[in-house]
Amino acid sequence: MSEKEQAARAAAGTGQSGKSESGRPDMSVTIAGVTLKNPVMTASGTFGSGMEYSEFVDLNRLGAVVTKGVANVPWEGNPTPRVAEVYGGMLNAIGLQNPGIDVFIERDLAFLSQFDTKVIVNVCGHTEEEYLEVVERLWDQPADMLEINVSCPNVKQGAIQFGQDPKCLEDITAKIRRIAKQPVIMKLTPNVTDIAEMARAAEAGGADAVSLINTITGMKIDIEKRQFVLANKTGGLSGPAIRPVAVRMVWQAAQAVKIPIIGMGGIASAEDAVEFMLAGASAVAVGAMNFHDPYLTEKVIDGMEKYLVRHSIGAARELTGAVR
Amino acid sequence: MKKKTTMTVTDIRYLAEGICSMTLRYPEGEAPEEVKPGQFAGLYPNDADKLLPRPISICRWDPEKKELRFVFRVAGAGTASLAAQKAGDTVDMLGVLGNGYNTGRLAGKKVLLLGGGIGVPPMLELAAALSKEPGTEVTAVMGYRDSDMFLTEELGKYARLLVATEDGSAGTKGNVLDAVREHGVKAQAVCACGPMPMLRAVKRYAMEEEIPAYLSLEERMACGVGACLGCVTKTAKVDGHSHVRNARICTEGPVFGAEEVEIG
Ligand SMILES: Cc1cc2nc3c(=O)[nH]c(=O)nc-3n(C[C@H](O)[C@H](O)[C@H](O)COP(=O)(O)OP(=O)(O)OC[C@H]3O[C@@H](n4cnc5c(N)ncnc54)[C@H](O)[C@@H]3O)c2cc1C
Ligand SMILES: Cc1cc2nc3c(=O)[nH]c(=O)nc-3n(C[C@H](O)[C@H](O)[C@H](O)COP(=O)(O)O)c2cc1C
Ligand code: FES
Repeated sequence: MSEKEQAARAAAGTGQSGKSESGRPDMSVTIAGVTLKNPVMTASGTFGSGMEYSEFVDLNRLGAVVTKGVANVPWEGNPTPRVAEVYGGMLNAIGLQNPGIDVFIERDLAFLSQFDTKVIVNVCGHTEEEYLEVVERLWDQPADMLEINVSCPNVKQGAIQFGQDPKCLEDITAKIRRIAKQPVIMKLTPNVTDIAEMARAAEAGGADAVSLINTITGMKIDIEKRQFVLANKTGGLSGPAIRPVAVRMVWQAAQAVKIPIIGMGGIASAEDAVEFMLAGASAVAVGAMNFHDPYLTEKVIDGMEKYLVRHSIGAARELTGAVR
Repeated sequence: MKKKTTMTVTDIRYLAEGICSMTLRYPEGEAPEEVKPGQFAGLYPNDADKLLPRPISICRWDPEKKELRFVFRVAGAGTASLAAQKAGDTVDMLGVLGNGYNTGRLAGKKVLLLGGGIGVPPMLELAAALSKEPGTEVTAVMGYRDSDMFLTEELGKYARLLVATEDGSAGTKGNVLDAVREHGVKAQAVCACGPMPMLRAVKRYAMEEEIPAYLSLEERMACGVGACLGCVTKTAKVDGHSHVRNARICTEGPVFGAEEVEIG
């Protein structure tokens, strides 16, 4: 603990760490040396490049904006229908449509760098070379961290193997870590038998953090038309329906590794975010529920602060892994 | 400015079998400055397990009363829940969304409005807007399944109205283009909303007639605001936002020039 923090703790007189001089809880968290003003991020692919939701949310208030997956060149993505609602959630098979790294840097990163928030760039690719090319292009760019999507269930070849085989995951993590200038977050897929093993593989490869969970592969059939609802047949399930699975996996990963964990999967309220933190997450991301409530990220931040006050907890980071 | 607003139901009733009309009033000071014909809103079912807004076209905008009217088909659980609301209830709404029709481009012309089934409602606001443009001659040709029609009386106030029914129980037997041909309607521009086969036929018709066509497209949506990339349509050229040949119907659309989109 820093001297400043100790002083703050003494001033607050709570006997707990972190409470700021104002008496308000300290919402900041530090992940791989990057300090976020609060633990609330956006989940990749559910918040565009931030631009789309900047009409609703003050981006300056967010802990970080995590951008939609970007590849070395533009990707067309999958045919439509790409989305379907299901009980308590939704399926998506966007297929990682993106404008490619050049446009992303010129337009989206330039836009985001006007805001006082951290920017985490989510990276996708079909092959090792494609991932590495994007990572390299980001060397001198205003990105605070990289999140590597080795787990997208909607892209036919490539990514899924990296994310589902521990050896491949460790390997690609090490290669990315070697050339990346920013801290590297490996985003884990829940579509595996043992999430702890995957978290350990990422850690062994040198990941600075892991984020989980990505979507769970699902399917919906229109029984009247007797056809798949999604053109891709399968899609990734997200939303409140997956939350208990995600909380369990965050907890298992937290038992397995020392690196920080960013937890996500169906967060719909501050209470849900707190649950992920208690399970072992150092930060959280709000995903599909942005579609239900475009103001949700700010509500989660405010609600988490209220929770800390209500429980006389001095700092958000004290929640991490508090339930064992 | 897009926002999610809690609206109050001021009127709700069925216009035909399974076709519900719902009017929602903005709270004081929340109404947008401008609502364009062809824009839509995302209506949230009052149902905890339903998360996504249902995209529904704006059928009427009353800037005095700050009321938006929607006319929708009860298609599934979400629209059923919306249709079950009563006057005085509240409905959360994300709006207003999409680009809408460029009425300036249509002003002073002979304009043909084509609506098929649940593509009829947005044509009412468009007809009303065009009726205020001097020198604009509007013919609205609306297609229904049968004589259980809706919005015909209101459309008749703003446009010359022709109808087509699939079973021939009212107007021309067949589709909207059959009615156009039967009546020898000639126009300098066409605006259409309806099922995809109809839009394809309208695109061909406009090419034959060498007139511009503006089509309102539909796709399953999640966010409604351009963030999820769920609702794309194939475009003829690389789209300025996506940098691939896909445009977001919720943001770049739902109204596209027929030549801009590849709808087959
Ligand atoms: C821009 C736009 C404007 C529209 N305007 C109208 C209108 O004015 N009147 C009207 O009756 N209908 C309109 N629709 C179609 C309407 O959105 C769907 O009928 C409605 O969402 C069905 O919801 P549900 O829950 O009842 O059905 P379900 O089939 O149970 O819906 C499940 C999910 O699928 C989505 N969905 C289903 N069908 C469609 C569809 N055709 N287009 C987009 N999403 C769909 C729903 O939003 C929901 O997420 C419009 C669609 C779009 C894209
Ligand atoms: C429409 C949509 C697009 C997504 N795109 C990406 C993506 O590009 N990269 C990625 O790593 N995850 C992507 N995800 C996964 C989310 O970031 C998140 O991990 C997952 O949806 C679980 O969280 P949620 O239930 O809160 O949405 C996407 C999810 C959705 C719903
Ligand atoms: S519905 Fe999300 S981009 Fe159009």
